Amino acid sequence: MTELATQLINLFAAVLLLLSFALLAQRRVLSLIQLFTLQGMTLVMSTTVMAYFTAQPHLYYSALLTFVLKVVMMPWLLHRLIVRLNVRWDIETLINIPTTMLLGIVLVIFAFNLALPISQLSVSVARGTLGIALACVLLSFLMMITRSKAIPQVIGFLAMENALFFAATSATYGMPMVVELGIALDVLVGMIILGVFMFQIREQFDSLDIRNLEKLKEE
Amino acid sequence: MEYLLALLCIPLAGGAVLGVIGHRDRAPEINVAFSFATLVAAGALTVQIIANGPMLVLDKQFFVDSLNVFLVALTAFVAFTTALFARPYMRIERDHGKMTPPRMRLFHSMYQMFTFTMLLALLTNNMGLLWVAMEAATLTTVLLVAVYRTPASLEAAWKYFILCGVGIAQALFGTILLYLAAERAIGSEGVGLLWTELAAAKTLLEPTVMSLAFVFLLIGYGTKVGLAPLHNWLPDAHAEGPTPISAVLSGLLLNVALYAILRCKILTDGALGTRFAGDLMIGFGLVSVLLGAFFLSRQRDVKRMFAYSSIEHMGLATFAFGMGGQIASFAGLLHMTVHSLIKSAIFFTVGHASQKAGTQMMDGIRGLIRTNPTIGWGLMLGSLAILGMPPFGVFASEFLILTTAMRDFPWTTPFLVLALGVAFAAMLGKVQPMVFGETTLKRLAHQPALIPVFVHLSLGLMLGLYIPPYLNNWYQQAARLLAGGS
Repeated sequence: MTELATQLINLFAAVLLLLSFALLAQRRVLSLIQLFTLQGMTLVMSTTVMAYFTAQPHLYYSALLTFVLKVVMMPWLLHRLIVRLNVRWDIETLINIPTTMLLGIVLVIFAFNLALPISQLSVSVARGTLGIALACVLLSFLMMITRSKAIPQVIGFLAMENALFFAATSATYGMPMVVELGIALDVLVGMIILGVFMFQIREQFDSLDIRNLEKLKEE
Repeated sequence: MEYLLALLCIPLAGGAVLGVIGHRDRAPEINVAFSFATLVAAGALTVQIIANGPMLVLDKQFFVDSLNVFLVALTAFVAFTTALFARPYMRIERDHGKMTPPRMRLFHSMYQMFTFTMLLALLTNNMGLLWVAMEAATLTTVLLVAVYRTPASLEAAWKYFILCGVGIAQALFGTILLYLAAERAIGSEGVGLLWTELAAAKTLLEPTVMSLAFVFLLIGYGTKVGLAPLHNWLPDAHAEGPTPISAVLSGLLLNVALYAILRCKILTDGALGTRFAGDLMIGFGLVSVLLGAFFLSRQRDVKRMFAYSSIEHMGLATFAFGMGGQIASFAGLLHMTVHSLIKSAIFFTVGHASQKAGTQMMDGIRGLIRTNPTIGWGLMLGSLAILGMPPFGVFASEFLILTTAMRDFPWTTPFLVLALGVAFAAMLGKVQPMVFGETTLKRLAHQPALIPVFVHLSLGLMLGLYIPPYLNNWYQQAARLLAGGS
């Protein structure tokens, strides 16, 4: 029984890692949003599996919350945003995808090593996944650094939050409910504010290229 | 408990009310009224704590002890005086056409919400809620940094959001690791994030997990404190946002973020029993002090200069807490208090000075003392105070920090002395021509509120000469807590 649970959770963790790499290499904004939705879906499934096998009822709520927030609302908001900003078919020119991927692999190895001593201590059925979660955090971070457009950067930010959520449900049995609600609220408000921001940036610079935002430097 | 609830509900209600009517002519007064009510509630809570000692209420979710009660009082106080300052300041900005009614509404509403998040972060006993409140603090201020909608302010706000967002995500990972350690030590009944529970079982927490958790928490909250090399957002956000926001960012947000680190340090020290956390803080603190001082000397924008000065002083406080021990922790707490009071006073004067000059560039601000002696003297005295001239409070805390460093960590002394010397020479050289000399400045359309400046400065002066017994008592208790006792 627990064997099956561990297998399933590991499968979802692997899918999540794969999606993180896909996000890193994807150029089309629309596909990025789809990948992000898939990531949310994976999270919902892994949380549900955790809830079933560990008999922790509050994990069902958190799975539901994730579904509403990350599979329905966030992608919907992002879709609206790209339609309103008219960047639906935008393709970003990414240089050096192979180098980025190699760097990503190095990050994954680093994360696994860092998490190794802790994974051995965790009592949860899904202890091996902490390294993967940390790797996903670092990969999203890398994505934010390599992107120069506002929307991919924001998706990187949200993917990082997904990875953190995965860490919370897999390494421990999920954070207390009040904390999870608070985090969800923060992410949602943050997303809305970023949306408002993008309109302001576009109004000011006529583009969503973050490279416009590099004027403030020390002389 | 009623006071604690009132303390949290008043700014929350203020945020809601001003979200509806914050654009009206009387809104600045309403803003001041809400802040005053918050201050009264904070005062009542403080009196209660003095009388009855620490309290743990509402299903153990809220906790007040000697470490946070003085910060609560300080936060409510600075929030109130800044609201007083903002009243004429924002009216002048409106007359200059920089603030429209919707922007005024945003400003007033978010100002109250920011106060709420600060108080929530201080009062909560739940390390997860602490994280939520810190993130919410970024969210409430980010639109305010961009409120003027200039290219520079948009850039500053974007940088602020992304850098602090990434930083605070690291802190969330740290919090998850903390919870992981707690589950092993005290079980998983949802109490594993309550600080009091963690502190009671701190020796049982797994050292490997705790050391990794502390690294993530320090980087995460350290981004908000403005510790180098994670400080990049800070000067931009301070320089491009409206001045009342610069004042509360410097005076309150940095303190609260440092407070979060301190709570984590107590747990980590208890679990590890080594100097690991302290040494990390010494390193980050020392780099921040040096970097703050050297960049400060190269600035031309007055608000940027004082923002770098904030980095320097927060670095110094972090350094003091890193050294640990009764005296250094005491000095660190005193330094946080005095810095917060004096730096906000400086921002009040700087705000009006740049309104008079129509620019924030120091070359354009000349001879303040001719047109408005109170602003001129306020800026001069504030700068002297922040540079650590006796008899102001910064002198006392810096003196204690330096002497402890000489005794316990002699190798750090030359760096500290060098940084303080550079900051002194640079800032004095820049402030002097701004205050004295020939003038080109205009008059202000609204009478500026300068009483807060002098109230803050005299409190800073008082703390240098005489610390009231109950305040001294708190500092001692908190310092004992930080030094590892109970």
